[in-house]
Amino acid sequence: MTMISVDKNLENLTLAFTAEFSATPEQVWQLWADPRLFEKWWGPPEYPATVVDHEFRPGGRVRYYMTGPEGEKYHGRSQIVALDPPQSLEFTDGFLDDDGNEVDEMPSMANRVEIAEIDRGTRMVITTTFPSLEAMEQLIEMGAQEGMQLALGQIDDLLASMT
Amino acid sequence: MVVDTLTDEQVDLLFHALADATRRDIVKRAMTGEHSVSGLASGYAMSFAAVQKHVAVLERAGLVTKSRRGRERLVRTDIKTINQASELLDRFEELWRTRVNMMSELLAQDPGATP
Repeated sequence: MTMISVDKNLENLTLAFTAEFSATPEQVWQLWADPRLFEKWWGPPEYPATVVDHEFRPGGRVRYYMTGPEGEKYHGRSQIVALDPPQSLEFTDGFLDDDGNEVDEMPSMANRVEIAEIDRGTRMVITTTFPSLEAMEQLIEMGAQEGMQLALGQIDDLLASMT
Repeated sequence: MVVDTLTDEQVDLLFHALADATRRDIVKRAMTGEHSVSGLASGYAMSFAAVQKHVAVLERAGLVTKSRRGRERLVRTDIKTINQASELLDRFEELWRTRVNMMSELLAQDPGATP
């Protein structure tokens, strides 16, 4: 099992995930730093991500979109706050409008990634902090829409296989 | 499969109710058992009426239930609603579990990765 622990704190609006990998910190870092690798895990399997802009440096922006099964696109972006390869990365992440432009009132979540070497490989801790409960609701609901469509897609497949 | 158990309106009420520190504190205190509104009010530097208003917001959101005992109104946290709020976080957890699994698979494909 690679996910070691999940710490949810509703009061501080923080979620922390700890994962361990049989790899070096540099290899784990590359999953974040290399846009072609990032594309392979950021979106859920049925919603692969495509990186449009990749300014992987403090103050830079990584813009991407995820493509759903019906060809629908969900645009998002990460604003890089700080990075210290291969051990830490801070960025804010949020959704963009349908044309991939910034939306003023759209909340974003703050993320901190910490990567450290351990005996059996590498430990990665990602901590996400939501600016407010309302923002958390909005961001998760928007993210969950993809999950919802995923579930609906599975029902379609099931119905198709029955006929 | 994502099962949505709350309507959008309920979610709005829920998160509006939880957005206030006093209300979150009331929910926490009333989790351990029934508390009278006056008992709750004595713990805050605000009027009985103000605390009563907070309780009403929580009640509308389904976070607490009120019952009557004699002249007192007793407040108790509805754990069911709290669980529904944490379901939102569960969805976010699920997203990260998927991501971590995919990261793990990618690293396993990498010929340079240690076994």
